[in-house]
Amino acid sequence: MRFAWPWELAAKGVVGINQRNADFVLPFNDRERYPLVDDKLRTKTLALEHGIAAPELYALIESNHQVSSLRSRIGDIQSFVIKPAGGSGGQGILVFTAATKDRFRTIHGPMLPLEQLEHHVLNILTGMFSLGGQPDKAIIEYRVESDPVFEPVSYRGVPDVRIILFLGVPIMAMLRLPTSTSEGKANLHQGAIGAGVSMRDGKTTTAVSGGVIVSEHPDTGHSIIGLQIPHWERLLDIAVQCSDLAQLGYIGVDLVIDKDKGPLLLEMNARPGLAIQLANRSGLESRIRKVQSFRKDLSDRDSRVAFAIASF
Amino acid sequence: MKNSRVFVAAALLIASGLGIFFYKIFSLGFPVTPDTTANIWNVEASVSFSTQGKSAKVSSFIPKSTSRFSILDESFISRGFGLSTVTRDSNRAAEWSIRRVSGKQTLFYHAVVRELERSNSTVTTKPPLVEDPQFEGAELEAAKTILSESKAQSADVLSQVREVLQRVQAKDRDDATSLLLGPKPSELDKLSLASKVLALDRIVLRIVHGIQLIDNRRNVPLIRWLEVHTGGTWVSLDSFGNPSKDLELTLPWWRGTEAIGYISGGSRLGIQIAVSRHEESAVTAILDSGQSSKPFLLEFSLFSLPLQTQGVFRIMLLVPLGGFLIVLLRNVVGLPTFGTFMPVLVALSFRETDILMGCIFFSLVVAIGLVVRFWLEKLKLLLVPRLAAVLTFVVLLLAIVAIAAHKFGVEHGLSIALFPMVILTMTIERMSIVWDELGASDALKQGFGSLFAAVLATFVFTYEPVEHLIFVFPELLLIVAALCLLLGRYSGYRLTELRRFRAFAEKP
Repeated sequence: MRFAWPWELAAKGVVGINQRNADFVLPFNDRERYPLVDDKLRTKTLALEHGIAAPELYALIESNHQVSSLRSRIGDIQSFVIKPAGGSGGQGILVFTAATKDRFRTIHGPMLPLEQLEHHVLNILTGMFSLGGQPDKAIIEYRVESDPVFEPVSYRGVPDVRIILFLGVPIMAMLRLPTSTSEGKANLHQGAIGAGVSMRDGKTTTAVSGGVIVSEHPDTGHSIIGLQIPHWERLLDIAVQCSDLAQLGYIGVDLVIDKDKGPLLLEMNARPGLAIQLANRSGLESRIRKVQSFRKDLSDRDSRVAFAIASF
Repeated sequence: MKNSRVFVAAALLIASGLGIFFYKIFSLGFPVTPDTTANIWNVEASVSFSTQGKSAKVSSFIPKSTSRFSILDESFISRGFGLSTVTRDSNRAAEWSIRRVSGKQTLFYHAVVRELERSNSTVTTKPPLVEDPQFEGAELEAAKTILSESKAQSADVLSQVREVLQRVQAKDRDDATSLLLGPKPSELDKLSLASKVLALDRIVLRIVHGIQLIDNRRNVPLIRWLEVHTGGTWVSLDSFGNPSKDLELTLPWWRGTEAIGYISGGSRLGIQIAVSRHEESAVTAILDSGQSSKPFLLEFSLFSLPLQTQGVFRIMLLVPLGGFLIVLLRNVVGLPTFGTFMPVLVALSFRETDILMGCIFFSLVVAIGLVVRFWLEKLKLLLVPRLAAVLTFVVLLLAIVAIAAHKFGVEHGLSIALFPMVILTMTIERMSIVWDELGASDALKQGFGSLFAAVLATFVFTYEPVEHLIFVFPELLLIVAALCLLLGRYSGYRLTELRRFRAFAEKP
């Protein structure tokens, strides 16, 4: 089959972009809450204030004249990430694993000279990666080191767990695995693999790559199915907490699991993508309806986590 | 939910749009389709100049009724100026004068011209008077040399005229012609010399200046051709003496070697001519009838605007249609494009260049722009300076393409100047970022998506019945607005999503 008929998609409750925007994002997400999730720095500060762990902020560069002190700000940190505070879709992120006085080793292998780092930071500041080209800030933060559980199923980068919540209830989750095509990035649009995750036990179910069903990692050849995500209930709890902080009705929360620090909040998204449905081979609509009909009974955090585990 | 409010608003818009539309058709008798059978044209000349607070006098030639064109109506807009029309050397001219005036002035001449049916029997006219060319001494001898030599090589009047014209037009001129023409003769000098030389032999060759009647043209260029009187009729020739056939729908403006106009007591005289088909003659008739009791709607008609402004609105009113098309393509089809309304702006310029040329220019400029952009990437420039640099190169590219096109005789190249260069620059920048981040296939997909949308929009913009409908019935745009509102609440699947989610159709 080269395509699906609309009624086939409707029967499975698949949500399209128009429906996501018209029925969920516009009515349930207050526009004034967007800056909180669009600016990764604000997300991080807010999370830390409320006791949610996030990658440690090493340095913040807000204006062009601060760029000259980039080297001294990095100090003797060997491994770190540079990212735009207002970036989207994983754009503009550089990951470094080692540093000398004026050269830095990227996760892909090549060394970058200091000037190139400075140039990249300047590009971030002028807004090259931000929504609508707004002037931006550059974040230098802790490089997450993946939990060893994920080693056989990821290529260079760090896999992350995307959880979609509706009215504060986790409704769907997926594990995003970097590949060589995605250049170590955990973004599905760039070629990463999305594996659906069972809400009940945190095990991967099915996986998708570029719209096609897959069961093995293309680079490592290891099976992606039936993988147990560690700290599953803790991840759901953090996601619910994040959703409450953001006060957005329809939200995607991205979490990573560091081998030393455990679950960390990476970012939140007010318009999370729809590929998660393909990864889970399940539509979002029926789950959203279910939450809507039970919303009265779901006031506290624990009950929402329990509801998610029991229902989806 | 909120949907009901959207439906009410859309219904109100559609009702009022259709209401006015049908009222105009059935009650006022507006035509639904353009009337292209009548060859009636609006011609408007705007005469602009600067004055310095003294008295000023401006003169401009204006067309006159001939055996082929009849001027049905003409009017002058010249507030405060004294106006007289005079006949000079069988040409008509309008002369405006004023005692004291300062600043920039613009006067208008407006005419409604009908092309007459050509009768098969050619009308014979009396031979006109031959003017004395007033050659003296060596010049007279040189002119006589040219005349006798050309006469020896020709059989009749027409071939003699051609012979003389080819001598004055030749790249390396003989002694006689170079003596008469001087070092750097203009095209007009050459033709005027040919006319004077032939006058010695009592052959009347006159230079005609005119315009082509093409629909919806602002800044119509003046074209020049020749007429020779032979066998009792006037025969049209091009500047090399060959019979010119493509003078259909060409309105003669004036004859002779003078410029179209002159000014005394002012400076920077500019005369621009605009033409449009008078297809709404039925509309004009409605507007003109019953001056005393005009319905309110007619007072607010676009036809009350000057011709130049009408031309602008003819295009401007189509833009919302392009916007609606983009809504369809993006929200119903799911076609990826760079920038929301970029394709509409590109389509507006395709309208001037024609689609094929437009596509070639667009692809060429974007492709070369991308090469420049990738080269600039290596120089590690900051965003805004880099954008400005790409913009500069885009403008230079447009200039080069226009010059090249002109050299190869493709006049479409000139209208490339209307290309939205800032939009092109942003397209190049975004395309290169998509190229870097998501790969060449995504970048090309979006690039061709934009081009496809632009081509579709161009088809809508150049479809004449649509242009007529929207211009005569601008209230139809209310319906377009209503459809936009309705699509704003469309939450169904996009066509591309049917493929994206195809995995759901497969049996597990």
